[in-house]
Amino acid sequence: MAGDMKYKKVAYYPGCALEGSGHAYNRSTKAVGKELGLDLVEIKNWNCCGAMEVKNIDPKIQTYLSARNLSITEEMGFDTVMAPCNGCYHNLKKAEYDLGHDETSKEVNQRLSSKAGHKTYEAGKVETIHALDWIKKSIGEEGIRERVKNSLQGIKVANYYGCMYTRPRHIFPEKDQGADSESTSKPHYMDDILAAAGAENVDFPLKTACCGGAHTLSDSDTSTKLVLNILTAAEACGADVVATECPTCHTGLEMHQIRAEKVLGRKTNIKILYFTQLLGMALGLSAKKVGVHENFSDPRSLLKEKGLG
Amino acid sequence: MPIHEKSLIRPEKLIEHEELVIEGVDVSGHWSTFIEGRSVADYNENLQDEIAALPGGEYIHRCWQCGSCTNSCTVNAINADFNPRYWIYLIRTGMEEELLRDKDIIWQCVSCNKCTYACPRDVVPEGVMKATSHWLELKGHTPKSPSTIFDEAFSEQVISRGKIEDGLVLRNFFKRTGQPLNQPWLIAMVGGLIKRFPVFYLMKLGFATVFRPKTKGWNRARDAINEYAEEREAANRKALGLGSKGAK
Repeated sequence: MAGDMKYKKVAYYPGCALEGSGHAYNRSTKAVGKELGLDLVEIKNWNCCGAMEVKNIDPKIQTYLSARNLSITEEMGFDTVMAPCNGCYHNLKKAEYDLGHDETSKEVNQRLSSKAGHKTYEAGKVETIHALDWIKKSIGEEGIRERVKNSLQGIKVANYYGCMYTRPRHIFPEKDQGADSESTSKPHYMDDILAAAGAENVDFPLKTACCGGAHTLSDSDTSTKLVLNILTAAEACGADVVATECPTCHTGLEMHQIRAEKVLGRKTNIKILYFTQLLGMALGLSAKKVGVHENFSDPRSLLKEKGLG
Repeated sequence: MPIHEKSLIRPEKLIEHEELVIEGVDVSGHWSTFIEGRSVADYNENLQDEIAALPGGEYIHRCWQCGSCTNSCTVNAINADFNPRYWIYLIRTGMEEELLRDKDIIWQCVSCNKCTYACPRDVVPEGVMKATSHWLELKGHTPKSPSTIFDEAFSEQVISRGKIEDGLVLRNFFKRTGQPLNQPWLIAMVGGLIKRFPVFYLMKLGFATVFRPKTKGWNRARDAINEYAEEREAANRKALGLGSKGAK
């Protein structure tokens, strides 16, 4: 549903990665929002959602960490929060599901919230959306086509969504609900957005493969093999660029691209860009403005060659 | 008869005489191969209950052994010994010793949740893998895995400050696992960045060291979480019949 007014002004949850290694994602997301006339209001005093690590210590602590952010969103008067990071998005969705279906999660959240001195979040008060939902539903493909100043024509893109955007299915009740909704087996929102911006999407079979992000440092050899798989498959599909929508996947792809070359002697040349960087440049923003120089895979000469940046 | 599927049999169960003549017939080498019988005598009848008592293991009893988990598994595609379906079978039948043969790889689950997505019985195999790794460590069968060391370095920062700084998590993890920071790939990565935008990067490093990110007014949340975490740890140990917190 393009042109959905309710996403024109939403609460924004950047998360820790976007203040660190995913800085370029934060920067390009904000720049794109500004260019499209979409308002992002950052959640006051937000905390880490627990990423993939806290749940291994105790899953209920992670539910609480995510619920605290939802509670602040509600207190600020918003009914929608946008999280560009797959990990944050996943955890807020999971907290929403668990608080609606699991009594123990509810009890623990209540106990920790009252001890921490803030309102207990209850399921159903806030909708969590991803940056892809935000663009796709508020602007839509038609809206993007109208606003493109510098088409991505000639750039072949492999769209990579990773794990946490679609799995497990039960925490995403709005997905797999017909043609307009996102698919958990073959996600297409990023494909749709970038195609509207002029890019040529390649048929990429590893859209939802795992990059090994959870063990990027603790089991680096496995992660390097998984990333190499993704990058070589994207190259074999004819792509110039892997488009990403998660800071953990993005950093993982870039880091293990270098590691694969140094440790396994396997060099890949494909460039890795956040979808917001590609979209931003299509909307006429400069490469610098969307932080392309921060990408380890350094796509600047490719972009120049394609008439961008 | 030569045995064609030797790879499926454990090497210590295969008995072969290099030189053997029986009643004038030369049966040296594989002609004399036989497989020693296998008997399991030491079941742990509580194994399933113990795993089910830990976070993530709650739904293990639902498993029908269809194998969708192993079939969809990211790690299995790299290492065929990584077999969630088989481990769930061993846990449910109490074959602890058999499970311990794979104790050093179970932690390698990457939490991609392909198994959870594919499972028709909502077993949440990803959770079972985490519960099993946790069980192995609590019971002292394995030291803390690199994954656990990372989870702890990360979670300690989240719980004490509300936020993390990824560079600090990386440095702490390398320190705790005794790895040097000057790995060639890490140098290549950071070196590339510094060449491109030295001022921003060095400023970021400097700021992050001096002003570590922190959520304002976090202390009450921190205390509440720490109190809860301690309770849970004690409960987990009790469920496995272990005494109060032992040596770390």
